Amino acid sequence: MTSMLRRKAERIDDLAESGGTSLAVDAVKRMARNPVAVVGAVITVLFVLLAIFAPFLAPKNPYIPYDELRANLRPDFIPGSMEGFVMGSDHRGYDFFSRLLVGAQQTLVVGVVATIIGATIGMVIGGLAGALGGWVDTVLMRFTDILLAIPSLLLAISIAALFQGTQWTVIIAVAVVSVPVFARLLRGAMLSQRSSDHVLAATALGVKRSTIVFRHMLPNSLGPVVVQATLTLATSIIDVAALSFLGLGDNDTSRAEWGLMLAQAQNLLDVKPSLAFYPAIAIIVVALGFTLLGESLREALDPKNRR
Amino acid sequence: MRDLSVVFTRKGTRPFTAVDGVSFDVEPGRTVGLVGESGSGKSVTALAIMGLLPKRGAEVTGEVLFEDTDLLHLSDKQLRDRRGRDLGMVFQDPLSSLNPVIPIGLQITEVLQRHRKMDRKQARVEAADLLDRVGIPDPNRRLSEYPHQLSGGMRQRALIAIALACRPRLLIADEPTTALDVTIQAQILALLSELVRDTGTALIMITHDLGVVAGLCDEVNVMYGGRVVERAQRHALFASARHPYTHGLLASIPRLDAPRGEKLLPIKGSVADNIPWSQGCAFAPRCPNALGLCREETPQLEADEGGMLRCHNPVGLVAAGEGVR
Repeated sequence: MTSMLRRKAERIDDLAESGGTSLAVDAVKRMARNPVAVVGAVITVLFVLLAIFAPFLAPKNPYIPYDELRANLRPDFIPGSMEGFVMGSDHRGYDFFSRLLVGAQQTLVVGVVATIIGATIGMVIGGLAGALGGWVDTVLMRFTDILLAIPSLLLAISIAALFQGTQWTVIIAVAVVSVPVFARLLRGAMLSQRSSDHVLAATALGVKRSTIVFRHMLPNSLGPVVVQATLTLATSIIDVAALSFLGLGDNDTSRAEWGLMLAQAQNLLDVKPSLAFYPAIAIIVVALGFTLLGESLREALDPKNRR
Repeated sequence: MRDLSVVFTRKGTRPFTAVDGVSFDVEPGRTVGLVGESGSGKSVTALAIMGLLPKRGAEVTGEVLFEDTDLLHLSDKQLRDRRGRDLGMVFQDPLSSLNPVIPIGLQITEVLQRHRKMDRKQARVEAADLLDRVGIPDPNRRLSEYPHQLSGGMRQRALIAIALACRPRLLIADEPTTALDVTIQAQILALLSELVRDTGTALIMITHDLGVVAGLCDEVNVMYGGRVVERAQRHALFASARHPYTHGLLASIPRLDAPRGEKLLPIKGSVADNIPWSQGCAFAPRCPNALGLCREETPQLEADEGGMLRCHNPVGLVAAGEGVR
């Protein structure tokens, strides 16, 4: 009880000092007090740092086989940890640890690019539908409904299967899957803005329609989109891994990519299970990190939780 | 500005007449009040004048003459040019009527840049000046603050500043004081009347608060069920309300000078208990003075002792309180 009162008092002091806080500052403060958010943020930051600096951190070149490792390769034995190779070899004599590290970069790049493309296209569609309304809205939304009706992974697989081959196939397949989600979200937010008092007030002042859309409706609708982007990043990473696992990713099988590594490891589970274990754990942890961050961001930005 | 008359019907799933043949004039520098309960059509009238009702679902007929232009027949673009420049509006809820994510200053300069073709710098100076005029201290700092950093009263002042930014010749205030506490209400009302006096703006004041009317309006239109039931000069209205509805409104307000223990007289029933105007007087089911005639014949708005009245059996010139029961 007393601690609660003290916390309240401290909070009031904080408020008095800052003289009111902006939504962003407030959200960050609230997240810092939420352990789930902190865990998510730590995982995410670590992962991003790791991904960015992977080429420098990797002790060996992940793209060439090493003779020391190859010498010990037998059909029923893959060398584990040894001098200079922290996690030993993979099935072809590449340095497994370096490949795991560089795999983080691959995953991040593909996930982020796919999410950005998906979010951009989705926002254009949703924004147009929400701002213009009428038949434009109907046509665009029925189109997204069609996309939404197909299970996302199935859709991604079909698209990836259409254009075999490169890293871009995966990116585009995953991006297309996330388009309808963003489109719906932004449209919904824009529609609720359209009937809001301040938009009516702006109209009453004779503000131009484009200005109303870009200055008054869009910025107020972006919150949920940002949250969705973090959540989509998590599913994108999983989808990318799934596609490579199914052999729909890059034809270049030497590429260090977690899903691909997982796929290659499945025949060797009884020989060296760690080949499958580490990429799997990496995917899970990273996806979990983004999900936790996204969920707590959603909570923190929710004005209903604002005190 | 003369001859402002609005007649319109609004169509929903089944046609519903929210405002029915309302006419009144507003002259520069004068304040006209629209008074009535919730649902009496005050706000819809205001939105219709501004052309803010949705195109689909609302059918506005009649004419709104603003210096010889019929606002109802302007194109969207022409109307947009008028709004803000010639017509200003102050809304009821000052928090939700301001954009929460951009600073106050930008919301004022936006209008100045659009309608008065100012550049950014001029607009900022003018905006600070406007905030100063509506009584916001330290205007330059306030310009870069967000709506949630201002108090309720300041937000309403900011809204008024925005509405006044282009010196509109007609200002519509839709219950501008409902969301504020009493001391702030008084300040805002004083501000509005001062602005009307200084700038010669015509003001349409929409309210359900007769205290506001008493303090501000030159002429009062009492609305019921979408029609004007009584129109009178301020003093005439308070001294001798003729329509039983107006009378009821006045009797239901606590007075400082009334003897202690005297009961307030609420108006029985609610706005929903009415009969269509086409079949008689909409107020008849709740009216203490109702005659048989009231349910059969629609009363017309007729000249009556300097005002206008729509009633078959008005409250006589008896002292307030009597004759109602």
